[in-house]
This record gives sequence, C-alpha cells and structure tokens, in this order.
Amino acid sequence: MNTLIAIAGIGIVAMIADILRIRKIIFPVAMAGLAIAAFTAVSDWNTNTRYFNDMMFFDNYAAAFSLLIVVIAIIWFVMAVPDLKTGNHYSDKSALVAFSLAGSVVMVSFSNLAMLFLGIEILSVSLYVLAASNKNNLLSNEAGFKYFIMGAFATGIFLFGVALIYGACGTFNLQEINAFVATNKSDLSGQMYTGVLLMIIGLSFKIAAAPFHFWAPDVYEGSPTTITAFMSTIVKVAAFGALYRLMAGCFSQINEWWTTVFIILSVVSMLVGNIMATRQSSFKRLLAFSSISHAGYMLLPLLTLSDLTGTSLLLYGAAYAFASIGIFSLVSVMSENDDESIDSLNGFAKSHPIKAILFSVLLLSLAGIPPLAGFMGKYYAFYAALKSGNTSIVLIAIISSLIGVYYYLQVIIAMYKPTGHTSASFRFTIYQNIVLWTCFLITLILGIFPQLIIGWL
Amino acid sequence: MSLSLQILQHVPVNNYVLLAAMLFCIGVFGVLFRRNTIIVLMCVELMLNAVNLLMVAFSAMHNDPGGQIFVFFIMAVAAAEVSVGLAIMVLIYRNSGSVDIDLLNKLKG
Repeated sequence: MNTLIAIAGIGIVAMIADILRIRKIIFPVAMAGLAIAAFTAVSDWNTNTRYFNDMMFFDNYAAAFSLLIVVIAIIWFVMAVPDLKTGNHYSDKSALVAFSLAGSVVMVSFSNLAMLFLGIEILSVSLYVLAASNKNNLLSNEAGFKYFIMGAFATGIFLFGVALIYGACGTFNLQEINAFVATNKSDLSGQMYTGVLLMIIGLSFKIAAAPFHFWAPDVYEGSPTTITAFMSTIVKVAAFGALYRLMAGCFSQINEWWTTVFIILSVVSMLVGNIMATRQSSFKRLLAFSSISHAGYMLLPLLTLSDLTGTSLLLYGAAYAFASIGIFSLVSVMSENDDESIDSLNGFAKSHPIKAILFSVLLLSLAGIPPLAGFMGKYYAFYAALKSGNTSIVLIAIISSLIGVYYYLQVIIAMYKPTGHTSASFRFTIYQNIVLWTCFLITLILGIFPQLIIGWL
Repeated sequence: MSLSLQILQHVPVNNYVLLAAMLFCIGVFGVLFRRNTIIVLMCVELMLNAVNLLMVAFSAMHNDPGGQIFVFFIMAVAAAEVSVGLAIMVLIYRNSGSVDIDLLNKLKG
C-alpha cells in the first residue's frame, strides 16, 4: 500500500516541480521515491493486509510483483532520463510515467474487479498520452491513436465480461466469486463462461498475445523508443501479474476450461510472434514481434496452477524485462540517428567491442541460451507446461524458440559485420552505460542463481 | 423498496441483457468498420454505455448497490479516456489536416 502512495507521490511532485520551476529535482525525487517504494514493497512481505474494505490485498504475490515492477522502473528511468529531458514536457512525462506505474501496482494487488479495472485504466490512459508524446511526428500520433482505440476497445470487452460475471455472481469481490464458482461448479451458466472468456480476451489485448496482437508492432514502432521500452516491459509484467491473480484467485475451480483458451493463445502467439519477427528489417519492429512471442511463453506457466506458477512467471518476467530494457538502450541510441534498421548496426562491434559483447549476451538471454536468465525463465515455463501434461505444446514452444534463436542471431551477426558504406555513429551517455551494465549483471546472476527468485512465493 | 426499483425489476432481466448485447455489438461493428475517427470514438462510448446499462440492470436484479457504484467508475474513466482520445485526434488533425482513419497507415513493416 505504501508502495502505491510513494509512487503516486513522485507523480504529484513531478507535476508541481514544473509550476515551481525546479525541474532539476525530478530525477532525484523519482529515484528516491522509487527506492522508498521498493523498500516498502519489501516491508509488506508476509503482512497480508487488506485495504479499503477488501478492495486491495497486499499478499506476498502482490509485494513480489510490485518490487519487480519498481526495480524495472528504476532501471527504465535511468535509461530514459536523457530522452525525457530533451523536449518541453519533462515534468509532465515523468508524472505520467509515475501514474502509469501506480496503475501497474494496483493491477497486481487488486482484490476486487473494480480495482482491476481502475488499475488497467490508470496504466493505459497515461500511456496513450506518452505514446503520442512526440507531438509533431505523425507516426507517434498514429501510434498513440491506435493504442488508444485498441485499449478502449479492449476495455469495453473486458468490462462486458465483468458485467456478465457480476450478473451471475452478484459480487465483484475475488474471494466471493471464487466461493460462488466453487459451490456452483457443476451448473455454472453460460453467462459465467462468456464473462470469463471476454475478460481473458480483454486482458490478452493488454499482454499483446496473438490473435489480439495486431496493434502492437505499429504502436511499438511509432512510439518514442523509451516509451516502447516501458510498454514492452512494465506493462507486460503488470498485465501478466493481473492475469495470474485473476485466474488463480477467482476461477481456479474451472481451470480445465480456461486452460484450453490459454493453450490456443499461447501457441498462436509463439508461432505468429517468432515467424513474423524473422521477416522484419527494423530492429524496433523485430523487438515488438519478439515481445508477442514472449507473451506466448509467459502463458505457459499458467497452464497448471501450482506453487511454481507465480514464481516462474516472476522469473520469466524479470529475465525478459531486464534483457529488453538493456537492448532498448541500444535502440534509443539508434533512434537518435533516425535509423532503426538492423543493417545500421553494421560495424558496431568494431567501434564498441565491449558493448557488442554485452548486447549479444542480452540478445542470447532473450533467445534462451544457457546459462543466462532467459534460459532459466524458459526452463521453468516449459517445466510447468510439461507438468500439466501438454507435451505437444512444449514441443511447439521449443521449435518456436529455435526460430527465435535464428532472428536474435541475425542481429548479433549484423553487429559483427564490417562497416557498410554508411557508418552510423553511436553515442552512449553515462546513463545508458549504467543501464547496460546493470541489465547485463542481473541477466547473468539470475541465470546462474535462479533460486534468488524461484521458491520465494 | 422504491418505486423506480420496482419498475426496473418488473421487466425481465433477459431483455436488458439482450438490449445491452445489441448496443455492444453496434459499438464493436462501428469501431471495426467506420472510417471517421470521431464516429469510432462514439462507438467506443456506446460499448462502455452498453456495459453501464447491463451493470445497472444486474444491480437491480441482485438488489446490490455494487454494480451502480461500478457504473460511476466506468463513467469517470470513460470521460478521462475520451478527453485523451480527442486530444490525440486534435494532434492528428494539426499534422495531417484530416481525421480519416485511412490516413493512419504510415506504420507498416
């Protein structure tokens, strides 16, 4: 709970700083606020407190996901601050990011469908503005508008599902719905199943799982690069946190039924994401499709509900988010040259030999090569899917991650190719260097010691 | 029990569900097939209002105020969302001089 207050406080201070003309304090305040938020998330461990008449419930699951989100946010903020400072709206953008973070914390700690809805909306409405924040660029406007329409559309579908479930159960409380489902398991009405299906579809838009992914490549490509990094990491982790909390806390009794839905979503996402990613020439668009495929992998732990489900989701989320943010620090340098094609990386290894190794490691982690974090994430995800008895799904997942290795290696090969006729210069700031090294170290440490996360929840 | 609640409960809840589902479908088809972005925005509103109607109907059926409170949340959020959407549309109009949705096809891989 104090996590939420600290994060909202950052947003308010950032807005006031613009009025008082003390924009310099925004970055230190944001860092301090996020550090306090991380500390309070840790201190919420094992307290299991319910707030606001059981609207929110801070159990260990909520604390762990809040902590992960806050840590990703700290690294993201360090990466994004040079980009945020250029342009006119430093304080507005920082405030919107802070409010968006507050929404994501609500999303992983709700105990009532009303709070889930509010969390999704607090997260999304800020992001619509941020996606369109490059005001004079029509591409950014287009990205913002597409994100807005798809987000509002998904919200409508999600809310229709909530309304149908409310009609069937007469309550929005997670525990009461769970009790209702448990007592009426044999004769649940079609209304209930339709409601659950519509809610899953609404959340699938947010996690960008195929076949509800079509907005993602365009939005990711058109938005400013730092905002793309935010959308593909923090939003995805928060949406998966919400999805698992909803399915495990509310509908765990009918899991045979919704597992089928998740299998379809997962298989289609893995195949569509990976196959489409091989055909991209823009690095940013490639990462968009790779994030769709990672949504497919992250659905695998949800196929069976056990003690390991939450932690393997957490581990995969951490592995994916830290590797992605590190890679996005390279993309943000590329966007300054206005060239985001993979070919523009030619000659990168010659001019930045150490950075080329670090980026290769991060890309290999996304591809799932041992002993990196991405491999351990995939290992536990596949293990969970195997335990649920879906061997064929794991086979498809392995084949599609082989396709993934192909296109991640293509990027690495592009970096080690000799310079073409146009040699772009890459200017890394001190912030991006810090982010790169931090992400590299976390990826390595989580890969060697996955038990730092596994087994906590 | 107030008179209005009695009148609401007099109509079978199935009729409300049917009406809300029809309004919702009109909204969905509008979002998918209309070319003018303002109409698309109106259709999104129609979807949300169909949900509001459904919530209120179920709230009367269950005799539980939770659904009506949820409707207030939805109305507040929908207002915030539309203000952001209209602002983005103003940006698009300034940069391209039109609000036709077919203009928004610059992002292709």
